Amino acid sequence: MGVEQKLGNMGVVTLKLEELVNWSRANAMWPMLFGLACCAIEMMSAQASHYDMSRFGMELMRASPRQSDLMIVAGRVTRKMAPVVRRLYDQMPDPKWVIAMGDCASCGGVFNNYAVVQGVDEVVPVDVYVAGCPPRPDALIHGILTLHEKVRGEKFKDWA
Amino acid sequence: MTQIQEVTLDEIRHLVSERALTGETMLLNMGPQHPSTHGVLRLLLELDGETIVNCIPDIGYLHTGIEKNMEAKTYQKAEVMTDRMDYMNTVGNNFTYCLAIEKLVGLDVPPRAQAIRVILAELTRIQSHLVWLGTAALDVAAMSVFLYCFREREMILDIMELVSGQRMMTTYIRPGGVWRDVPVEFETAVREFLKIIPYRIDEYESMLSKNPLFLDRTVGIGKISAEEAINWGLTGATLRASGPDYDVRKFAPYSGYEQYDFDIPTRTEGDVYARYILHIEEMRQSIRIIQQALDKLPLGPVRSNNYKFVPPPRSEIGTSMEALIHHFKLWTEGFNAPKGSVYVATESPRGELGCFLEGDGGPKPYRVHFRAPSFDNLQVLPKLAKGHFVADLVAIIGSIDIVLGDIDR
Repeated sequence: MGVEQKLGNMGVVTLKLEELVNWSRANAMWPMLFGLACCAIEMMSAQASHYDMSRFGMELMRASPRQSDLMIVAGRVTRKMAPVVRRLYDQMPDPKWVIAMGDCASCGGVFNNYAVVQGVDEVVPVDVYVAGCPPRPDALIHGILTLHEKVRGEKFKDWA
Repeated sequence: MTQIQEVTLDEIRHLVSERALTGETMLLNMGPQHPSTHGVLRLLLELDGETIVNCIPDIGYLHTGIEKNMEAKTYQKAEVMTDRMDYMNTVGNNFTYCLAIEKLVGLDVPPRAQAIRVILAELTRIQSHLVWLGTAALDVAAMSVFLYCFREREMILDIMELVSGQRMMTTYIRPGGVWRDVPVEFETAVREFLKIIPYRIDEYESMLSKNPLFLDRTVGIGKISAEEAINWGLTGATLRASGPDYDVRKFAPYSGYEQYDFDIPTRTEGDVYARYILHIEEMRQSIRIIQQALDKLPLGPVRSNNYKFVPPPRSEIGTSMEALIHHFKLWTEGFNAPKGSVYVATESPRGELGCFLEGDGGPKPYRVHFRAPSFDNLQVLPKLAKGHFVADLVAIIGSIDIVLGDIDR
């Protein structure tokens, strides 16, 4: 049925290095444990028992940016917080990805005023935007799966 | 983009002790990105070894300008902003704001709407306490409680979604009543929840209340006496853990809380463990209130019929010209509230949540201010933390139950 029957007991798989690397990057992505506002609660829900993000290899949330490769910006980024978000992003080792979770992180949401950065993409490059105020955990998981798809299709030459 | 400000030691000289200037004690930055500050709180710690000499909170990392933004919106539209203030008590914020509007313009709320409001506010209280319990236990390294608490929280969020279509930011309570009547499945869903939750609360207690590891981390930590707690202006479980039984629902009942029979649990120790026990007990009392409110949920309208302030039902728009005019006026220019200022307080899961509202005769509020319970409770943190270890500070921050959205607004 599967690849095991085809291979017999050879124990060898042939594929492109790029595919192998992308496959492993997508399937063991460590998000940073970093919540800003309301969306952080829904991010916690997505982590907890009902939605269980560990099904996608993402149960391990690291509190340190140096150990993580995905930043989920969950909530509104204020002018005071923006430099901190940037510093955290700079501290993450490559390769790294960013999900802007919720309307506030994507475009400022309902807060079009002096205090809130109108979209976190003013500060850090964003890969996936998740809409909703706050997005349901399902929506966040959809955003993460979209990111996985993106990671699987990445080319080495773009990183170099 | 603004840069991170570098601060010299001279600029914070007045905040730290003399010993920090000679290098005898260490200055350590905690947050704003720290897993146990419950948001984006930043603390500057002055440490003598592992012991905290000074703890200086730095807030404002989530300042959203909500109060100012509300002045630019009509009374109805500004309500959407209140949800996003204290995001663990979304229904309670709407509730407080709507009570303030109703007091300002003199609206009566039908009894059915009042009872629905109470049920949803208490469900929100349980939901907030569940998140508190899960995260506070996580801070002292009890992993599994978090997973159990979020399982029950989903049931409450399902009920919220049933009545309003949104999980967290419901904006279901509107000035003069609620958005629409609850669906028929509402009562069964709440009763189902009420049947399960008492056993689940016992389950949480069995994991923590007598757990020696949990007791070691919480008993005798972050103590405050009743007199000091009152002087610091604390409210909510943080105050009641020290002895005073101040609860707005009993002292100044609103929305028919006087008809329900419930207790205000208090403790006298005033430490982290006492605050934990109170949160558990408050969930049990909330269940009692919901049970009573559901048993005598009256029939009738759910919105005031004063169409100067409350939009008429959509079914009337096709047949009545007056209804159409009211509808059009309300959704284009809003209603004009009279001149004057009001203050309304409710009991949020964190303490007394007050709303000060000033109208200038126009359709937009002249000034809205919220008395955020987390803001007042956070002031006491430097006092509680002094002399404890850094690891205990994590337990103390958890126990005073702060929400940064509530503090910074």
